[in-house]
Amino acid sequence: MRARHAPRTRVDWFLTFLRLALTALVTVGLLAFIGQQIDPDNFFARAVNDDASRLSWESIKDLVVSGLSQGAMYGLIALGYSMVYGVLGFINFAHGEVFMVGAMTGMITSNKLADGGLWESNFVLAILIAIIVSVLCSTMTAVVMERVAYRPLRGSPRLIPLITSIGVSFFIQYTSALLLGPGAKSYPQLPDWLRDDISWLGIEGKKIVVLVVAAVSMAGLWYLVERTKTGKAMRAVAEDKEIASLMGIDVDRTIVTTFAVGGAMAGVAGILWGILFGSVTEFTGFLPGIKAFSAAVVGGIGNLGGAMAGGLTLGSSESLAPQMVLEPLGVTGHTQLKDAVAFLVLIFVLLVKPTGLFGERLSSEDRA
Amino acid sequence: MTAHLESQASEVIPARGVLDQDWRKLSRYGALLALGLVFVSLIGMPVKLDSRVVVEPYVSMGYLSLLWLPALLGYTVSAEKVLEGMASHARGAHELVAGAVVGLIGGAGLALLIWGLDTRDLSDPLVNWGDNLLGLLTFNETVGYGMLVWLGISAGLGLLGGLLHVLPRTAMRAGLTALIAVFLVSALESALDDISEGFRLEWLFEWLFEARGGLTPKGAVAVAVVAAGYVVFGRNRAKAVRQRYDAMPTVERTRANAALLVLTGVAIVVLPMFLGKLTNELLANVGLFLLLALGLNIVVGLAGILDLGYVAFFAVGGYTTAILTSPNSPGISPELPWLLALIVVIGMATLAGLFIGAPVIRMRGDYLAIVTLGFGEIIRLTVRSDWASGLTGGAQGITGIPGADILGVADVRGIDPQAVFYLVAFFCAIAIYVSWRLERSRLGRAWMAVREDESVAEAMGINTVNAKLMAFVVGAILASFSGAIFAAKVGSVFESSFKILVSIVILVVVIVGGMGRIAGVIAGAVVLIGVLGGPNQPGLLAEFSEFKLLIYGALLVWMMLKRPEGLIPNVRRSRELHQEEFLQDAWLRGQTDDDEEHNTTQGGATA
Repeated sequence: MRARHAPRTRVDWFLTFLRLALTALVTVGLLAFIGQQIDPDNFFARAVNDDASRLSWESIKDLVVSGLSQGAMYGLIALGYSMVYGVLGFINFAHGEVFMVGAMTGMITSNKLADGGLWESNFVLAILIAIIVSVLCSTMTAVVMERVAYRPLRGSPRLIPLITSIGVSFFIQYTSALLLGPGAKSYPQLPDWLRDDISWLGIEGKKIVVLVVAAVSMAGLWYLVERTKTGKAMRAVAEDKEIASLMGIDVDRTIVTTFAVGGAMAGVAGILWGILFGSVTEFTGFLPGIKAFSAAVVGGIGNLGGAMAGGLTLGSSESLAPQMVLEPLGVTGHTQLKDAVAFLVLIFVLLVKPTGLFGERLSSEDRA
Repeated sequence: MTAHLESQASEVIPARGVLDQDWRKLSRYGALLALGLVFVSLIGMPVKLDSRVVVEPYVSMGYLSLLWLPALLGYTVSAEKVLEGMASHARGAHELVAGAVVGLIGGAGLALLIWGLDTRDLSDPLVNWGDNLLGLLTFNETVGYGMLVWLGISAGLGLLGGLLHVLPRTAMRAGLTALIAVFLVSALESALDDISEGFRLEWLFEWLFEARGGLTPKGAVAVAVVAAGYVVFGRNRAKAVRQRYDAMPTVERTRANAALLVLTGVAIVVLPMFLGKLTNELLANVGLFLLLALGLNIVVGLAGILDLGYVAFFAVGGYTTAILTSPNSPGISPELPWLLALIVVIGMATLAGLFIGAPVIRMRGDYLAIVTLGFGEIIRLTVRSDWASGLTGGAQGITGIPGADILGVADVRGIDPQAVFYLVAFFCAIAIYVSWRLERSRLGRAWMAVREDESVAEAMGINTVNAKLMAFVVGAILASFSGAIFAAKVGSVFESSFKILVSIVILVVVIVGGMGRIAGVIAGAVVLIGVLGGPNQPGLLAEFSEFKLLIYGALLVWMMLKRPEGLIPNVRRSRELHQEEFLQDAWLRGQTDDDEEHNTTQGGATA
């Protein structure tokens, strides 16, 4: 970013205009939404879009919950982006593919378990086995990726590893398509208690499970990073690699650990994807990957709590914005623009607060 | 780049003993080879490419997909980078044994796969696991036979790979060139078929190729002999011509360049007349992607801005043309002639370039990449949505684009690929001229300065914001030209033609060819798009279309690791990327100060 006292050019005026315009649009949309929620005949809401329909509180709750559960998944993936960016200073574009590998292996394991009958007879044990297998596979993918593609590039210009990771991402996508066959593959059916609403909450069981698993993983990660020696080493390497190695920290090993932990989180997220959506394709990793990166930026890259918060923010805005902002503004077919919302949030945050909502935690050289 | 590092080793020490091997390294390479062979088998390459024959009836592309691996790893296991001033071993039996051992371990891996295929059924997750693969790997004989044969083949090829170190240089070159020539001629079969028909050379084609496809054995031998003969006898002459060209005074060289240019121009105009529809179609596709790649080359190669949403400008060009020219356009439908529409397209592309460029211009390079990718997706999603379908037709797209009517001289449409090719070639020529002039202009130098160090460039008084915006706009206009021609060629536009995939494929073309070098980009487009094919367009090796994106991904990684400057590099760019090696090299020669002189010799050789 440029210094603040730099002279204002036409581009700056344009950017200011863009910031204001985006803010104004969102505000108008939200106000119209609030207006129509309070009173269906609210004159402001009718003036903006005459056809917008009022949302019931029930459906708002559903949107929030599904947004949060997806957001928790994005948050888990975002942790991997955020940690790698914090330590190595580059975007590991292929991290979404690590997540896809987790979802794929989860699909294979759970189908095998379903064939064996364990999925029906003891679901909790089966899903635990599936989680362990997919975490192992994702971790391995991430570690191999680091060893083969990124380690030789340590110290090269920042865009080189980014381009490499695009190649890795393609390679993994099409490897999956060729090895396992292209197209969607489904998970076995979840047991009833997960598919039905929990009566006193009125929320689908699987969404609760996703939120709980994400919270537990997040807590584990927090403990690892903040309370253990390994975590201390990771933070030290993120701060300054050279000084860290002078302090007796094995930088290479710490970087591998970072990739491994990020991969494990992505593996958990992969299983959660399977539980939420029930099917997986070779391209499953692409969009959630980019959205998770956006989440990491929204929360402030390098900041782990921020990554999770960013994920939840992004997930819920992606789920709510079509109905709460776009429809009141008169956009037809607003749910088709769900994915575009995620990118718009990223652009908006980068325009308004490039360091993210909770601030970046990067070494000074990476902040350039 | 490394040629001059390896060329002059100062000391050669006697060869190592045959069994004095680095066994850990050998087993590592062997395991890698085994893994590679099993991987290639399981992604289905051997089975799916088996129908494409290289030399009838001996080798098919399917077998070839396995055969090249042992030879390559047998070669690389004993390849060592000989640095200036370092001692190196003499080559001999040691290398042969190393190659053979690696090959043997790899063959063992494949043998294990054969055994597994025979005894187990893993076809549930692995779709290619099955009798087809087993039959192919065992040559439809018994399992034991297949295992033994593959052990032998793999060890033999590893040995051959090791042999490359031992053979005299010329012999090695001749052998390799012969092999590559046979492969290339066979890969180009359909194009050669077309060309030979145009030039009335069917007899030659029929002599070289089997009717069912694939070279005849005598044809293969002839091609190999011609190629080897060229290396042995013709190569020095070609080198001499090259040297004479390099030694020419500037005036003469300009004249020679002009002559070459005219020759190329004539060839481009004349050649398509002799070609059939298929080859012309292929050339038109290559041209469309070349135009895109030339635009991206300005953005990525010259200005150093990694724009992953480049396809957005392609879409702007395509959709603007479609809306303005098609009678079926759902919203406004002025049914303008193509050339008039093109003027609007330029305006729209400029606007799009400014609009996408301005918000991202101040971001870090890697954030910029992701945000431009986001813009690319936003544009595609918006175009597809119901909201915009009043203008863009949504998922139904816009059909019935009438084609490009060029001042009544020509009516360019998809059924006439030759006319499309001429149109594309014209725009490519413009793009090449523009990039060539821009590279040497004030703006071009500003771009390169921004690429190398933005803060220093700013301190030198360059308006970095304007320079970067200009790169966006120029790139956008070139891409929109491609989009406009694409719309006229295909006759319809759908959002599915403008996926992020297109951006990535163009990026691969630019990077593999050589960022910042026009010749490199042309070579990249011809080789990749022409042979393997574009995102939705088949290339010469149509059988590869299932694998091409995997290959593109692997190629991108490999290029970044081994040769980030590309196949035909831009001199300045590769100096940036290999700064340390250059300094080290100069230091070893004791000439750290005269870096400049060193560079000029380099520049002379590659410019």
